[in-house]
Amino acid sequence: MSVHARDRRSPVARFGRPIALHTIVIIIGVFILVPIVYGILGGFKDNQQLANNPIGLPAPWVPENYTNVLVSSEFWRQVFNSSLIALSTAFITVAVSAMAAFVFARFAFRGRELLFTVFAAGLMFPFAVAILPLFIILRFFGLLNNPLGVILPQAAFGLALTIIILRSFFRSIPHEVEEAAILDGCTPFGFFWRILLPMARPALATVSVLAVVNSWNNFFLPLVVFNDKAWWTLPVGVQQFTGQYSADTAKILAYVVLAMIPALAFYAVAERQLIGGLTAGATKG
Amino acid sequence: MKMTKGPESAVRASPVPRRLIPPQRPRSAAEKRRKLRTRVTITLFLLPGLILFSLLVLAPILLAMYSSVFKWNGFGLLPKNFVGLDNFTRLLENEIFLGDLQRGLILIVLSLVVQLPLALAIALLLNQKMRLRALYRLLFFAPYVLSEVIAAVLFSMLLSPERGFANEVLGFLGLGSSSFLSEPDTVMFSLFIVLTWKYFGFYMILYLAGRQSIPKELTEAAQIDGATPWHVFRYVTLPLLGPTIRITAFLAVIGTVQLFDLVYVLTGGGPVHASETLGVTMYDFGFNRFQVGYASAISVVMFVLSLVFALGYQRFVLRRDLEGATTTMGGGRR
Repeated sequence: MSVHARDRRSPVARFGRPIALHTIVIIIGVFILVPIVYGILGGFKDNQQLANNPIGLPAPWVPENYTNVLVSSEFWRQVFNSSLIALSTAFITVAVSAMAAFVFARFAFRGRELLFTVFAAGLMFPFAVAILPLFIILRFFGLLNNPLGVILPQAAFGLALTIIILRSFFRSIPHEVEEAAILDGCTPFGFFWRILLPMARPALATVSVLAVVNSWNNFFLPLVVFNDKAWWTLPVGVQQFTGQYSADTAKILAYVVLAMIPALAFYAVAERQLIGGLTAGATKG
Repeated sequence: MKMTKGPESAVRASPVPRRLIPPQRPRSAAEKRRKLRTRVTITLFLLPGLILFSLLVLAPILLAMYSSVFKWNGFGLLPKNFVGLDNFTRLLENEIFLGDLQRGLILIVLSLVVQLPLALAIALLLNQKMRLRALYRLLFFAPYVLSEVIAAVLFSMLLSPERGFANEVLGFLGLGSSSFLSEPDTVMFSLFIVLTWKYFGFYMILYLAGRQSIPKELTEAAQIDGATPWHVFRYVTLPLLGPTIRITAFLAVIGTVQLFDLVYVLTGGGPVHASETLGVTMYDFGFNRFQVGYASAISVVMFVLSLVFALGYQRFVLRRDLEGATTTMGGGRR
């Protein structure tokens, strides 16, 4: 009955609905795209064009804004700093978390759950809360204007989520695997290093991608830690550039557009891990 | 029980170190050594994490609490001039701080009432079969991977009052113009638009994952029983998305409490503090005016707000998700 009724739907229902659906989705797509496209096109205009013709295509196309950024050593230095800090953060976060998660997943000892809860509670400590005392502690250790001053706190704040995700993954590896390894003469460390970590590669990739993205987009911590221009990361660089050339809109747009390319490229490559990690993180958290 | 017997007999047949066969009664030296080694392994594996966590997460939180009861310009490692709860009573008289709380509340309400339902609706739309679905999903999520700084700079240009893009479009549509970011009346609205641009894709992705983990049989069964699409949504999909919805609401609230980057770059909290958040006020007092004790008190307020909210939420709202939920996000990896 109902199947037949469906086939006899009015033309409006059969064609109108998909069209309405596409219309809504396209409107939202335009909303998402407008700032990005505006930035890209704006970078190809000069300031006069931007003022007189903010909407249309550049006429003529002015590539200088982009080329000037691309030949500036400052920009590349910031790309390098951001990359260095993101990769180091990911490496330290994942290495330290994997070790802890291994213990939490595979050993029984007194105080385990309490300790795990303490780590997991780290999820509730927002970065912004700790930034001021963190600054004082980093200054005490002489880590201001030192990339470690950003890398180590980022790793520390990344532990909670990474441990939670990795622990649940390590738990899902059957006990028989561990027993077999021990029978073959594996030490706990050997099991961890030669069997567990290789098996956990997808989970490790996921948490690494999360750590890289979080580090790449971090602004607050590098803002307060790096006075020295030489260590600025891209977000700090963009913000400072904006302040410095506030009158030169086209230049700023070119800088912003170039600054977002690495993140978008990374997203294109690692989309699956990123989204997998975010959904897993939200569930566990 | 039966399971363990098989391997044991196999063990005897193969040349395997003795210590793997459970010792009968006296605890051998080998057994003790093994226990010790386990303990050493546990300690060594936990140590790096514990050091990092206590020095750079716990210690700052404790230091914030400690210095919040001192008057302190931030020099040295510890403050000395104890003032009791002075900083907190001063906060309660600070209009900017009270405004921060109010604005935070506005943003939270807007997120819960506009942003999340919109994300849910789009997620359900994109869950249907349609062309270019994957492309839309990719596009909607893209702003999430850009830093808040980039979003802020792009929008500050776009919303610029004199001949910015948005005003040109409004003018073209005959809707007059708006000052967006430079008027106290409109700035929160503009801020919310930017927040939505940046984050609705994130919530959408979570809802999509939640929706896809609902077994098809359930919605199909409802349809066969003659339920209208609205009824399927109201009585099947929505309840089963409950856990996801509760998590996103939680994330939206916690995210608002600590909002800083976007506001700092987009408006700096202005005009005249009209878009300031707790984070921006804290930064201003701590890093610009060197009133570290006072700024720490703001940190403590942020911390307590998130903590109380998180614990309360976990206790009263999330608890029922822990057992017997039909759906978990992330394909039931729990």
